[in-house]
Amino acid sequence: MSSPSETTDTGTDAGEARTGVIHDLGYRPYGGPRLGEGPVAWSFFTTGLRNTYGLGRSARSKVLPMILLGLMLLPALILVGVLVQAKNILDLDEQIVAYSTYPLTTQLLISVFVASQAPALISRDLRFRTITLYLARPMRRSVYVLVRLASLTVATFVLIGAPLLLMYLGGLLADLPPGRETGRFLGAIVGAALLAACLAGLAALVAALTIRRGLAVTAVIVVLLVSYTVVSTIQGIAVGAEQEVVGEVAGLFSPYTLVNGLQVFLFDSPDATPTPPSSDAMGVLYVVATLLTVLGSIGGLMLRYRKVSP
Amino acid sequence: MGVIETSGLTKQYPRVTALDHLDVTVGEGVTGLVGANGAGKSTLIKILLGLVPATSGSATVLGHDVATDGGRIRALVGYMPEHDCLPADVSASDLVVHMGQMSGLPYAAARERASDVLRHVGLAEERYRPIGGYSTGMKQRAKLAQALVHDPRLVLLDEPTNGLDPSSRDDMLALVRRIGREFGIAVLVTSHLLGELERVSDHVVVLDGGRLLRSSATTDFLHATGSLLIEVQGRPDADRLLGQALVDAGLVARPADGNLIEVEVRDETTPDVVRDLTVDLGLGLVRMQERHHRIEDVFREGGAGSVQPV
Repeated sequence: MSSPSETTDTGTDAGEARTGVIHDLGYRPYGGPRLGEGPVAWSFFTTGLRNTYGLGRSARSKVLPMILLGLMLLPALILVGVLVQAKNILDLDEQIVAYSTYPLTTQLLISVFVASQAPALISRDLRFRTITLYLARPMRRSVYVLVRLASLTVATFVLIGAPLLLMYLGGLLADLPPGRETGRFLGAIVGAALLAACLAGLAALVAALTIRRGLAVTAVIVVLLVSYTVVSTIQGIAVGAEQEVVGEVAGLFSPYTLVNGLQVFLFDSPDATPTPPSSDAMGVLYVVATLLTVLGSIGGLMLRYRKVSP
Repeated sequence: MGVIETSGLTKQYPRVTALDHLDVTVGEGVTGLVGANGAGKSTLIKILLGLVPATSGSATVLGHDVATDGGRIRALVGYMPEHDCLPADVSASDLVVHMGQMSGLPYAAARERASDVLRHVGLAEERYRPIGGYSTGMKQRAKLAQALVHDPRLVLLDEPTNGLDPSSRDDMLALVRRIGREFGIAVLVTSHLLGELERVSDHVVVLDGGRLLRSSATTDFLHATGSLLIEVQGRPDADRLLGQALVDAGLVARPADGNLIEVEVRDETTPDVVRDLTVDLGLGLVRMQERHHRIEDVFREGGAGSVQPV
């Protein structure tokens, strides 16, 4: 092979002779740094994270995630406003809505976000077979899967965590006891992270299995909304029939009630469901079920992508 | 040392043998890989990228073993897949920058390289529009650009002229030749159309049913056959008249395609004999040229009947 400088020279001459275009500098080889696995994975992660909010994509794809983020923050903003302005009038000494309850109240928005963005990130590469271009590059297949999942998880975490942060700052501003608030907030943030991991894992798995985008959106919505509706209905009936254990077991089958139950058990958060885990054994079961959901969806994704041919 | 070397490379799928004890050496410059659909071209490329394991045998690319060093190879090699692989909702510019980063280029370098290679492949203003609206020719150019963005030492182009109209095909072939000659990047280009490779490659490897049929320099395929092609006019049966006269003069002559006469060269006076006889018959000599083999002649001799000549 000729040396880089020679290549540049011949490229310049031949390029000008061939096309006669004055701007044609010929082919310039690249002699700069080439980054390793870590920085490449990081850049892949940040691109994916930006893409879930429509950044770096078409203007149209920014609309939905940005509206959802706005809608998530709006109630928190109002609650903070009320707390700060009317704390003394209403005689409040804690958050109007508990941190751990907020994701359940806004579960529809979160579900729609995950359902719309998981296919944008996961199904797209499979549907257009862009995955071939990634596989033909140094990044390993398992890293691809984990990084895609991480982008979706962190995007979901930002959506769930941002209003909690707003409420926390509002609480400090309203002179709520800082120690107690910080403890509750940190518990809620851990819960938000686990909820994001569960939701992103399930949604990514469904999106990877249903390659068509519209189908994937619908499938994720159905899985998340239907499971939540069924679970909360069963819990309501269970309380009425005084069969709390049935409701506690049912709570394992929706990510929202599952993670909320875990927060009640681990961080002593206020109940947001009619039947939180009441015994230690049930609490441990909630923790195990949460971990199984996260690890299971990672395992499922790995199996799914092993079958993707380059 | 060759850019690509395989020895006894075999790939067995449950029902078919895609590659059968293949021993091939590919050097610098442009190498054409010819074979009918299903001859094992794409399988060979995927093994060379380290994406598909070989059943037995070994292969090295740029000195790295494909079985153990796939990541290294993929950092140094560019790959243009045969099938569609471009997402519809991003612009070629964004995609090529992103793919450059995925190959380890820092962001600024990736941007500069992307703009360079997009210019080389001939994507002008349209590079900023979403790929979904591109013609097949523009998509092929974008696919080629992403294979070149990281300044690879070798590019594997799988059927780059697939689906192109004749003029786009000529452009693509000219580009392939420029990559090999001016850019100083080794090229392995596959096609099932022989005439294309005859024009651009320095070396041709012929596969048939997973076996190596022939591997030699393109010039060997095109060597002179030792006969002359003659075209005369002046009368409707001019070619037959001259043919008869040549045979009477003791030369071996036979009709060839398109009212031409093929004469075997006996010694250096043969052209003079042809000229004199033509004048004696009162005919006009339109052309007299050496007859060259075409690659497809080699195929006919080799027995790979299923390959389509252009």
